[in-house]
Amino acid sequence: MKVFSRIYVALILAFLYAPIAVMIIFSFNSGNSVWVFESFSAQWYTDIISNTAMIEGLRHTLTVAILSATIATVLGTAAAVGITALRKKITRSFATTVTNIPMMNADIVTGVSLMLLFVFFGRILGLYESLGFITVLIAHITFNLPYVILSVIPKLRQTDKNLHEAALDLGCTPLQAFFKVVIPSIKVGIFTGFIMAFTLSLDDFVISYFTCGHYQTLPVVIYNMTKKTVTPDVYALSTIVFATIFVLLILYNMLQTKSEQRRNSNVKKA
Amino acid sequence: MNKKSFGSRLVAAPYLVWAAIFVIVPLVMMAYFAFTDNSGAFTLANISQIGRYRKAFAVSILYAVIATAITLVISYPMAYFMTKMKVSSQRMIMIIVMLPMWMNFLIRTYSWISILANTGIINTTLKSLGLPTLRLINTPGAVILGMVYDFIPYMILPIYSVMTKIDNSLLEAAEDLGSNAFSRLRRVILPLSMPGVISGITMVFVPSVSTFYISQKLGGSKNWLIGDAIEYLFGSGPDYYNVASALSLVLMVMILLCLAVMSRFSSDEEGGVIV
Amino acid sequence: MLKKLNCYLLCTALICVLFSSCGYKYMDFETDREFNKDFAGHVLNVYNWGEYISDGSYEMMDVNREFEKLTGIHVNYTTFESNETMYSQLKSGGVSYDIVIPSDYMIERMINEDMLRKIDTSRLQNYHYIMDDYKELFYDPNNEYSVPYSVGMVGIIYNSALIEEPEHSWRALWDEKYRDMSLNFSNPRDCFMTAQMILGQDLNTTNKSDWDKAAQLLKDGKSVLQGYVMDEIYGKLETGEAAIGPYYAGDYYTMQEINEDLEFFYPEEGTNIFVDAVCIPKTAKNYDEALLYIDFLLEPEVALANAEYICYASPHSAVVENEDYEYFEDEILYPAPEDFDIGKAQYYHDIDPDIRRYYEDLWIDLKLY
Repeated sequence: MKVFSRIYVALILAFLYAPIAVMIIFSFNSGNSVWVFESFSAQWYTDIISNTAMIEGLRHTLTVAILSATIATVLGTAAAVGITALRKKITRSFATTVTNIPMMNADIVTGVSLMLLFVFFGRILGLYESLGFITVLIAHITFNLPYVILSVIPKLRQTDKNLHEAALDLGCTPLQAFFKVVIPSIKVGIFTGFIMAFTLSLDDFVISYFTCGHYQTLPVVIYNMTKKTVTPDVYALSTIVFATIFVLLILYNMLQTKSEQRRNSNVKKA
Repeated sequence: MNKKSFGSRLVAAPYLVWAAIFVIVPLVMMAYFAFTDNSGAFTLANISQIGRYRKAFAVSILYAVIATAITLVISYPMAYFMTKMKVSSQRMIMIIVMLPMWMNFLIRTYSWISILANTGIINTTLKSLGLPTLRLINTPGAVILGMVYDFIPYMILPIYSVMTKIDNSLLEAAEDLGSNAFSRLRRVILPLSMPGVISGITMVFVPSVSTFYISQKLGGSKNWLIGDAIEYLFGSGPDYYNVASALSLVLMVMILLCLAVMSRFSSDEEGGVIV
Repeated sequence: MLKKLNCYLLCTALICVLFSSCGYKYMDFETDREFNKDFAGHVLNVYNWGEYISDGSYEMMDVNREFEKLTGIHVNYTTFESNETMYSQLKSGGVSYDIVIPSDYMIERMINEDMLRKIDTSRLQNYHYIMDDYKELFYDPNNEYSVPYSVGMVGIIYNSALIEEPEHSWRALWDEKYRDMSLNFSNPRDCFMTAQMILGQDLNTTNKSDWDKAAQLLKDGKSVLQGYVMDEIYGKLETGEAAIGPYYAGDYYTMQEINEDLEFFYPEEGTNIFVDAVCIPKTAKNYDEALLYIDFLLEPEVALANAEYICYASPHSAVVENEDYEYFEDEILYPAPEDFDIGKAQYYHDIDPDIRRYYEDLWIDLKLY
C-alpha cells in the first residue's frame, strides 16, 4: 500500500511538472523553436534583456501586484474587522454576498463586466482612452479583496475579545488598542491574505486582459506572444521566475519549520 | 462600548462602497447591456440569440464536467495519500503541488503543445521507435487534459486541507467498532471530506467552463467554447457588446445555479453526518 | 551554503534582467537629417500588425529604437492580428493610439465612420518617395488619411517535404489528402475570400446568397482543416506541424528562412491584393509626434530595413529601385505581368454595414458549426 501510494504521488507530481520540465529544457534551446531541440545554449537568457515588451510587462505586473496586494490588504483587513462587528442581518448578508461574488464568478465575467463599466464611464467623461494603469489596478484590488477578507476573518474570530477590552480598560485609546492588540493577534491572517492577493495578481491573465489597455501585464504580453511564434526567450523568463519562486518557497518553508521547532521547544519548556 | 463597535463597523464602509461600485455596478451594467440594443432601447433580441450558441454552451459544460470528474478522481487519492505521510514531507509535497500555480498558466499550457504536437516530444519519440504516431493536439482530449492540468492544484489542496482536519480518533473508533478500511473510507472519510470536495469541484469547474485560452491553444481554435465566443465578441467592437453581455450573463447565471445546487447538496451531506 | 549561493545568483540575474540593457547590439542608423527633438520624453502609441516592423532581430535595424534615439520620443509598440481586432480596439474607446497601420478596406471604413485624422503630407519631407501607383487609390482617393506602408497578395504556402506540389488552386485547402494538415485564416474577410475565389465571386459582393454559398463551402471544408490561425501559422508551417495554409506572400520568405522546404504559389482562381497604410486615428493624443514617426518610416534606409525584414512589396520608390534590395524585382513580391494576371487580384472594399454584419454573423456561425 505504502509503495503504491508513493508511486501514485510521484506520478501526479510528474504530471504536474512535465510541462515545466519541457519549458526549462527548451529555454536552453539554441534554435528558435519550442518544439524541436537543436543544441544547448543559454543565449535566450541574455536575449530577454532586449525583449522590451516582456521586461516592460514584468515591470507592470510587479507594480500592479505590489500595489493591489497592499491596498487590498489594508482595505480588506479594515473590512474584516468591520464585518465581524456588523450586527444587522441584512448588512451582514450583503457584505458576505458581495465578498463571495468575485470568487464565485468566472474570471471572464468579472473581467468583461469591469471593462463595460470602465468603457461606459470613459465615454461619459469623453475620454479618448478609458483603460490603463488605474483600471487594471482597480480590477486587481477588486478581485484580491475577498481573499484578504476571508483569510483575516477566521483569525479575528479566534482572537479573545476580552483582550481588546482589557486594553481599553487599561487606558488604551480604541486606535491604540486596535494597533497594539488586535493587529498583532491577526497578523498571520493579514500576511496570508497579502501573499494570496499578491500571487493571484501576479498570475491573473483573464481580468487583466480585458481591463489593462496599454498597460499590459506580463501574462497579457505572453498571451499576445503566443498568438505569434513563441521563441524560447519566453520560456527563459518563465524559468527565471520559476527558479526565484522555488527558492523563496524553500526558504519560507525552512523558516517556518524552524519557528515551529522553536515554538515546540518553548511549549515543552513551559 | 456601543461607540466602539460603531467605530469598528464603520471601518467596513470603504470596502462596502468599493464593492458596490466595482462588483455590483459592473454586473448591473452587464445586465443592462444584455437587455438593450445599440441605441439603448430595451430588447430581448440578445437573450433570444443564445440559441445560436447552444452548441458552444453544451460543449463547454460537457468538457468542464469531464475535466472536473477526472480531476476529482485523480486528486482524491492524492490528497488522501498526502495525509498519510510524515508531517514534514506533507508540507514539502504541498509546496511542490502549489508551486506550478505561481507559474504563468499560459506558459504551462503552451508547453503542452511541445509535448503533444504532431512534431512534439511524444510523437517524435514514437517515430524514432518505429511506432505509428498519434493525433493528440487539436483534439477534445487535449483540451480536457489542459483543463485537468491547469486546475488540478485547486482540487488537491482543499480536499487535503479538509482531510488533515479529520479527527483520527473517529477513524480509530470506527476501526474498533469493526469496520474495515474500505467502509472507513466510505462512511467516515468520504462524508467528512465532502466540503473539500465541493470547494474543489467549484474551483475546477468554474474556470474550466469559462476558459478560452486552453481551447485556443490545445484545441486548434476550430470549435468555440463559450469562453471563446465571449472573448471574440467583446473583441469585435461595441456593436457586439450587447450580445456578448447576454452570453456572459447567461454563463454567470448558469454557474451560480450550479453552485447553488452543489451547496445545497453539500449541506444535505453535512446534515447526514450529524444524524 | 549552496542554496544561498543559488539565491544570490538568481537575484543578480533578476536585477540584471530588470535594470540593464547591456550587451545589446543593433545596426546603427545614420542620417544627416536633424530630427526634431522638441517632443523628447513623450510617449507615442503605435499599433501595428505582428511581425510587421524591423525589430532588431537577425542583426537588422531596430526601427523603433532608432526613432527613440533620434527624437527622444518613447515608442509604446503593440501589435494586432487582424484589421477587425484593431478596429474594435479603437472603436471601444478603451485605448488610444497615435499610429495604426490597417489595410485598405478598413481604412475606407474608418474614413466613412470618421475615425481618422487627416495627415498633412506637406509636413512629410519624405512623402515624395511614395510611388504614384499607390496614390489616389479607392480607399483614400485624395491621399488625405493614409500613407502606404506595404503591399501584398495572398497565396498558399506548403511544405514540399511533407506533401507533393498541389494543384494551384484554393481547393487545396479543401483537399481530403491534407486532412488535419491544412490551415485557413482566422479572420472573416480573408477566410471567406478563399471560398469566394473558388466560387468565382466578386469579393465585395452585396448579394447575401453569395455570402451564404461561400459560408456553406467553408462549413463543408471545416472538418478537413487542422485549424483557423493567424500569426500562429509561422510556427505551424516552420516546424511541419501543418503542411499547407494560405498567408500573405511576404511572410512566405520569413518562414522559408527557417524551413527551406516551404514553397509558395498564387492560386489560379485569383487572389486578394492589399495595401496596408499608416493612419492617425481621431483619438490620437500626439499628432505631431505621429507625423514625425511616419516621416521616419519613409526614410529610405528605414523603409529598406522594413521591406527586407517583413518581406512584403514596398510602395517606396527608393526601395523598389534599389538594386541592392534583397527582393529587387522578386518574382513573388513583384510578379511580372506574364507570370501573374493582376486583373485576377481583387481589393477588398468596405461593404455596406448590413452586408458586413451579415457575413460577420456567418463567420460566427462557422466558428460555432
